[in-house]
Amino acid sequence: MSNVDLARIQFAMTSIYHFIFVPITIGLAFLTAILQTVWHRTGRDEYLRLTKFFGVLLVINVAVGVVTGLVQEFQFGMDWSAYSRLVGDVFGAPLAMEGLAAFFLESTFLGLWIFGWGRLSRRIHLAAIWLVALGAAGSAAFILAANSWMQHPVGFEINATTGRPQLNDIWAVMTNPVFLWGYTHVLLASLVTGCVLMLAVSAWHLRKRSNPEVFARSAKLALVILAPAMIFQMFIGSELGVVEAKYQPMKIAASEAQWTTCQPCSFSIFQIGGGNQDQTPTKIIEVPYLLSLLATNHLDGQVTGLNELNAQYQQQYGPGNYVPNVFIQYWSMRVMAYLAMVIVLLGLWGLWVMRRKHLETAHRFLGLAMWAPVLLVLMNTAGWMLTENGRQPWIVQGIMLTENGISPSVSTTTVAISLTVFFLLYAALTVVWLVLMLRYARKAPPPTVPAAEDTTVPEPTFAR
Amino acid sequence: MTLPDIWFIAIAVLWTGFFILEGFDFGVGMLHGVVGRDDAGRQMAVSSIGPLWDGNEVWLVVAAAAMFAAFPGWYATMFSALYLALVLALVALIVRGMSFEYRNKDAHPRWRRTWSTLMTVGSVLAPFVLGVGLGDLLHGLPIGADQEYAGTFADLLPPYSLFVGLTFVVLCALHGATFLALKTTADVRERAVRLTRRIAPWAALAVLIYITWSHVLSGKGFLPNVIEIAAVLAVLAAAWLVKEGKEGWAFTATTFAMATSVLVIFTNLYPRVMVSTMGAANDLTVANTASGSYALTVMTWVLVVLLPVVILYQGWTYHVFRRRLTHADVTDE
Repeated sequence: MSNVDLARIQFAMTSIYHFIFVPITIGLAFLTAILQTVWHRTGRDEYLRLTKFFGVLLVINVAVGVVTGLVQEFQFGMDWSAYSRLVGDVFGAPLAMEGLAAFFLESTFLGLWIFGWGRLSRRIHLAAIWLVALGAAGSAAFILAANSWMQHPVGFEINATTGRPQLNDIWAVMTNPVFLWGYTHVLLASLVTGCVLMLAVSAWHLRKRSNPEVFARSAKLALVILAPAMIFQMFIGSELGVVEAKYQPMKIAASEAQWTTCQPCSFSIFQIGGGNQDQTPTKIIEVPYLLSLLATNHLDGQVTGLNELNAQYQQQYGPGNYVPNVFIQYWSMRVMAYLAMVIVLLGLWGLWVMRRKHLETAHRFLGLAMWAPVLLVLMNTAGWMLTENGRQPWIVQGIMLTENGISPSVSTTTVAISLTVFFLLYAALTVVWLVLMLRYARKAPPPTVPAAEDTTVPEPTFAR
Repeated sequence: MTLPDIWFIAIAVLWTGFFILEGFDFGVGMLHGVVGRDDAGRQMAVSSIGPLWDGNEVWLVVAAAAMFAAFPGWYATMFSALYLALVLALVALIVRGMSFEYRNKDAHPRWRRTWSTLMTVGSVLAPFVLGVGLGDLLHGLPIGADQEYAGTFADLLPPYSLFVGLTFVVLCALHGATFLALKTTADVRERAVRLTRRIAPWAALAVLIYITWSHVLSGKGFLPNVIEIAAVLAVLAAAWLVKEGKEGWAFTATTFAMATSVLVIFTNLYPRVMVSTMGAANDLTVANTASGSYALTVMTWVLVVLLPVVILYQGWTYHVFRRRLTHADVTDE
């Protein structure tokens, strides 16, 4: 394996890992803020207990999210120095803004919120958790703006002497259509992730009849948001697909394993073959017109096939293979989309149970909902695989190939060492994180205590 | 002054802010097992930085991102050259970050001990490796005409850089000790005061050698300037100030020493950003690594508007948590 392969595996591994925690953090931060707002407005104890309960889960996640985020930032320079050198002028700006505008906000106010119970006025303490949520969402915005630039570079010119892209319109970068749609997509995914986690934890407690008067409320809050958000999300996702089909036609053609140009195009629910070599897959079930609709918003839209696109790219960029890994593309699209439908069904089922007023006793629903976070991790990961794998072989679409972005001074051995270290470290982190999440998710929500004595950790867990 | 010059200053300021702030929480991480004889004492030490460390670490995130954005060539060469060292720094930062949030999540003695050990080791390693990295910038690394690193891992460890790493560890320990003396009570405070007095002479010696060595290395003669001498004296003064019960001033003194020590690297570097040992023609400079003027202008506006706001709300956080911690605070948790 070359250093390019290893560096790609490392970046993929650390990004996927990091993005387990990002949507949980953003989603739970907003939900916790909502819980605290309800408590602030109504003064009901249950909401205070829920705020503290989910606040602890939030903190356990933020810890991993924060420390693994640092790895992402450093990796650009460590592994992809040629890339960083070429595009830092444009790509670096949103990263720097992320730190100044959002990450500072999130980190500082999280500390204030955790340790601020009883030290801050109730109103300011409430503002703190909202600022944490805003900071977390803001961070994602700048990161997505930077990522979208790699998918669809805008707002720059090529410097004649250095041959490097130079920023000339920050507004264009921040209003990149791929960014606007992609960011909305990520925000909704985060909200859905937070809701599913909240629902799952509440479901576990309801099944055990532990504090049903408290957890019925959080389950309902999660359910009220979940199905509408997920349905809206599917529209956003499909619109993002149309935008990407326009700028990255390869990405969409590959996600359907569409080797030849078609009009109108059907969507295969499932197929055998159709991977990187096999151009005539056996389509098991086909939905006529659906691909045309997804890619172009028209029932009889044309989708250019991979072969034709590859020929076009060869003419434009010189010889080479410009088709991304079709197998990964085809299946990540389906895993994402099908799991999204499962989540919608789960959400609707929950709403129906809730309407019939037997949420607390709906054992089959609660039993399934408990496991839903696993689906969310898979769905979110598949979404990123779809967008990042679909960009290949480019590191920046049309500007630089991934293989050219690697650090020339870094040897294969070096990357192998670092990959091993991060793999082992992340595996250990996962164990610790899971142990803590499971333990704290199963605790009873903290009883309310007089505000003055009220501190970080909900229970006196480490009183000597 | 050109835009790249302004950004060189901005980056120096960001690194300085990072070491001033995260410096004391590195120190607290290193010393929490020494100032706290029992679990309650250790918990008091850790609680003193509980609400602060995460915000402090963002200074590093922003410093690195600012280098990426303003000097892509500097960021690219430095981070790829320091590859394995940075892996080590990241591991250290990860385990100590986790230890702050996870240590108190279980009362089992083995859980506490494990996280305490990781906290100590991570808090020593991180400033050491980052110190070595900053030292490398000034000492010089084999950098070719293509601005790429042409050395091995061993080339990252010249005596000067190792000494810079050591100096930052000692300085962080001292800075953490004065912080603990300022923020804790009872036996923890007493031990922090004693530690300050014990570390200070060594820190003063290290800073003096480091400053002189840096001067010699950059061909600026032997003599430290007034500010640098003041920094050495500030370190010594810290020992006296804690004894007099003026912990606030002692912490101010170590803050000044820390700031000066970081700035020594940057002032001796300028206008270079990374020295090449393969000839001055290969030096990376402010001019030959900077981004275009449009990007720098945009970012200058962002910095000028946002950094004061950040400093304001971070300062307010320090104000909110200004009270000394007592044993009662910690057991209540």
